[in-house]
Amino acid sequence: MTTIPAIDVHDLTRRFGSFTAVDRVTFDVRSGEVFGFLGANGAGKTTAIRMLTGLLAPSSGRASVAGHDVFHESERIKRTIGYMSQRFSLYEDLTVRENIRLYGGIYDLSDGDIRDRTDRMLARLGLEHAADAFVRAIPLGWRQKLAFSVALLHRPRVVFLDEPTSGVDPITRRQFWELIYEAAASGTTVLVTTHYMDEAEYCDRISIMVAGRIAALGTPAELKRDFAVPSIDDLFVRLAREAQ
Amino acid sequence: MTTDRATAAVVADAIEKRFGPTPALAGVSFTIHAGELFGFVGPDGGGKTTLFRILATVMLPTAGRAQVLGRDVVRDLWALRPRIGYMAGRFSLYPDLSVLENLRFFASVFGTTIDQARADIAPIYSQLEAFNDRRAGALSGGMKQKLALCCALVHRPEILFLDEPTTGVDAVSRREFWDLLGNLKKAGMTIVVSTPYMDEATRCDRVALIQRGRLLGTDTPQQIAASFDRPLLAVHAADRYRALLALRESPRTHSVYPFGESLHYADSSVDATADSVAADVTTYLVSRGFDGVRVEPATPTVEDAFIARMGAPEGDVARSDQAHS
Repeated sequence: MTTIPAIDVHDLTRRFGSFTAVDRVTFDVRSGEVFGFLGANGAGKTTAIRMLTGLLAPSSGRASVAGHDVFHESERIKRTIGYMSQRFSLYEDLTVRENIRLYGGIYDLSDGDIRDRTDRMLARLGLEHAADAFVRAIPLGWRQKLAFSVALLHRPRVVFLDEPTSGVDPITRRQFWELIYEAAASGTTVLVTTHYMDEAEYCDRISIMVAGRIAALGTPAELKRDFAVPSIDDLFVRLAREAQ
Repeated sequence: MTTDRATAAVVADAIEKRFGPTPALAGVSFTIHAGELFGFVGPDGGGKTTLFRILATVMLPTAGRAQVLGRDVVRDLWALRPRIGYMAGRFSLYPDLSVLENLRFFASVFGTTIDQARADIAPIYSQLEAFNDRRAGALSGGMKQKLALCCALVHRPEILFLDEPTTGVDAVSRREFWDLLGNLKKAGMTIVVSTPYMDEATRCDRVALIQRGRLLGTDTPQQIAASFDRPLLAVHAADRYRALLALRESPRTHSVYPFGESLHYADSSVDATADSVAADVTTYLVSRGFDGVRVEPATPTVEDAFIARMGAPEGDVARSDQAHS
């Protein structure tokens, strides 16, 4: 295992006019770690993720993702990372196979690689029979697992998951988390946001953003001990209310 | 709880709905009491949304009957509709209208005004009034849901149908939303709500588990949790994922899955005591070289019971022609 963090963030800041959406945020994520990036709606998570995925230039500070600098190498970051969001990931009017083909093309994989990886992915997800079904026609739980696998198609070192499990049942959520664990066990670094506080406890470490700053950072066990709270849910609510 | 059909808020008799060969609802029957906070919990595509649409008189059942407030949802729909508040899972607001415009619009549809409803919506509207001129599309997730609830209440309905009102909303806003529901219930409102969040299911008077168009049981959250019929253990180990895989390989495992910071483990033997199973699981993991092993009895939650009853997950792709979420 390498000691260079997969995500390295120091005093990262983004201002929009007079509003500071992300305010001197500092943290790092180790290679192969599952890092929970938590915060209430509007706390600055999305802005931070947009900077880390090379979509938005920071105002100040520094950050690197998979060894690439977010200021100068944003194009390389986009090619090195995977991204999945519940709101947007797959094209609903394309079939399962066409979606995989499309993303394989975007990431410059050879036709042979795309074919191989498509077959392997469909077999592992048990989706061979749905290869030619439109994505809109398959259940949400399957769509999410497929979207995650597609985000890993080009074998990125770091994958960003933005509310990947919103709206699905407890069993499907757990199956999804097993895919996350599996990816992490094979060395992929995972940064995940969620509104399910029990999922926060599945992460190796978490941060909780409040009003643009990181208000808590550590393993779930450390945070519960240090803040003397029974659960991450209680800590989350307490920090968010203090800020109001 | 006894059931008095005459005063029940909702009586469903063998409701069926088909969109293609597979039924979205395959004969669903239940009764919801007046003043009850009643929850439907189940996987996406399980039939919740279809059921809510039928009860809210915006979709016709293929077979079966349902009464809401003593009126038939098909025959009496025009008499019934003004008495029902319905918050659809998606699209219940106009994103390009402001907060105030949305509220005025929904009031005018029912021939009323915000002023006439003010006393009823005040506890919620007071949190929104400062944003009167903001476009609904520009509100945060939690505020959007409060506005949608306000719009569902503006014609002073007697019963509320809320289809996944808090999906995608952060933990703080979810608590606030449920506090509002608690206050509405205290004021006598009957509330029917669906949710994927198990902590919210626990806040309902009764919960129905729905999967593949069928009810798997209806009971109080306490009774549902208590129905978990074997000793449950919380397993801690330094490498949780590998411990999970190792326990899956054990022939004694009935089920094992991540639960908060631990793994929840149920043994295939129903009779063994929790302590003896805990000792055996500890020995098993230690013998396989796991560090930091700690195994202790756990109290089953609604979520554990849900997982046990649901068994195999959703994912039958053949169900594809059925209603979208």
